[in-house]
Amino acid sequence: MRYLWWRLAVFLAICAVPVAWLHQAWILDLGPDPGKTLVDRFGLGTLVLLLITLAMTPLQRVTGWAGWIAVRRQLGLWCFASVVVHMLAYGFFILGFDWAQLGVELVKRPYIIVGSLGFLCLLALAVTSNRYSQRRLGARWKKLHKLIYVVLGLGLLHMLWIARADLKEWAIYAGVGAFLLALRIPAIAGRIPRRKARKTAAVTKV
Amino acid sequence: MLIKIPCASACNESDVTPESIYLSRRAVLGASLAGLAASALPSWAQAGDASRYDGVEAADAPGWFKDKLPSTKWQAVNVQNETITPFKDATHYNNFYEFGTDKGDPAQNAGSLKTEPWSVVIDGEVAKPGRYALEDFMKPYQLEERIYRLRCVEAWSMVIPWMGFPISELLKQVEPTSKAKYIRFETLQDPKVMPGQRSGFALIDWPYVEGLRLDEAMNPLAILAVGMYGRTLPNQNGAPLRLVVPWKYGFKSVKSIVRISLVSEQPKTTWQSIAANEYGFYANVNPTVDHPRWTQAHERRLPSGLFSPNIRQTEMFNGYGEQVAALYTGMDLRKDY
Repeated sequence: MRYLWWRLAVFLAICAVPVAWLHQAWILDLGPDPGKTLVDRFGLGTLVLLLITLAMTPLQRVTGWAGWIAVRRQLGLWCFASVVVHMLAYGFFILGFDWAQLGVELVKRPYIIVGSLGFLCLLALAVTSNRYSQRRLGARWKKLHKLIYVVLGLGLLHMLWIARADLKEWAIYAGVGAFLLALRIPAIAGRIPRRKARKTAAVTKV
Repeated sequence: MLIKIPCASACNESDVTPESIYLSRRAVLGASLAGLAASALPSWAQAGDASRYDGVEAADAPGWFKDKLPSTKWQAVNVQNETITPFKDATHYNNFYEFGTDKGDPAQNAGSLKTEPWSVVIDGEVAKPGRYALEDFMKPYQLEERIYRLRCVEAWSMVIPWMGFPISELLKQVEPTSKAKYIRFETLQDPKVMPGQRSGFALIDWPYVEGLRLDEAMNPLAILAVGMYGRTLPNQNGAPLRLVVPWKYGFKSVKSIVRISLVSEQPKTTWQSIAANEYGFYANVNPTVDHPRWTQAHERRLPSGLFSPNIRQTEMFNGYGEQVAALYTGMDLRKDY
């Protein structure tokens, strides 16, 4: 497998984060409302991983290093894993698995609706992330995976509708997201200096 | 006075019950033996009666506060079948947006707030307006300990032993005129020490403003607090003077008050100005009226365990209906939320 060590390093680096949180939870270091803290952290983690995933293509174009693309699928799946934990934690800590209440929330709260839509999109992307789906869907696969831009929009809207008094943090994430999307506009993408992929890229393996 | 901040794992002196208290708690508290007790107690205990609760960080209390301790009515109002929230949680999980929007921000940033000297302006429809130094402002009042449930609009709750006095006594002092219909409170505005007020992305138009109808303020449960857990208020909890209205959502209980005005019109309060559909003027705890973004039927009583979330039903008026429901007879609380 190409970039084996690099992929493994990324895998372990991301793994370390929830392990650290679990450890914090274990030693009661998450404050008096640990459940809510975890819901928020995994939610924000999803957004951060989404932004990192979206940064891989521009990074590859600028640096010419194919290693960025080699970890893109993994990052996308991490993003999905994070949103799954986020939703399970929400169900357990906030709703107490009260299904009737979940029904009410899904109908009444715009931010929950938007978040759920984002989750469904991520689910579709995760399910079709394997090679078999890529082959099977052919050209449609690329189209389908443009959904990630929609997910970013939904995720940011979800976060905006939770913010209540200060938009600074949201503005930072939205700014980064807007920048990453702008890099994909053909007129702007064409101006980015491209480095051609070097055959010797493997030398830079971590 | 020396303020000790031990690391989290260290046992501190205050964990050990002083022998004098162990042997004769009543005598220590009794005013007649106060002098003797003061000499027998270690210095941290003189700063406040911090030893009443576990894990309370000592504080250097101003003289007027220490003077009031011997005559304080402990547990003047208590709660039934409730556990008092640990001091650490009540002081490290706060909404005080002047110091940042994260729950931990106030504990981290509020240290820069200078609460001595402090003055309070009384103005508006009163016979005796003026600007009072806090120690003069506090002079007429005896402190009472009020152990109240605190229900945040964000659906979490705590139980906190406040120390303060009823607003009705303040009103007796300042003599509202017949035009006074509401009481308006204002928090300090000082962007130099309050980072939240420097944020360019804040939706809040500082200073923070809250208010009560005059008859609500007259209710014996409504107090102005200067202490909690037997000591002065920590800065992040609204030192040196804050409002506590236990049957309303926490955001009504405005912190670090610098101005109290009696007014004839309903004041425009901070959260109402940001989102009137989410936060009403009354903001009574009401499980049947949802916040548009979440249900108010339940609450998480903190500390909530990771594997046993402490979720419970929210009570009408936060369980204080017997004392306050009469204030709202004839009102549609779905409309006047």
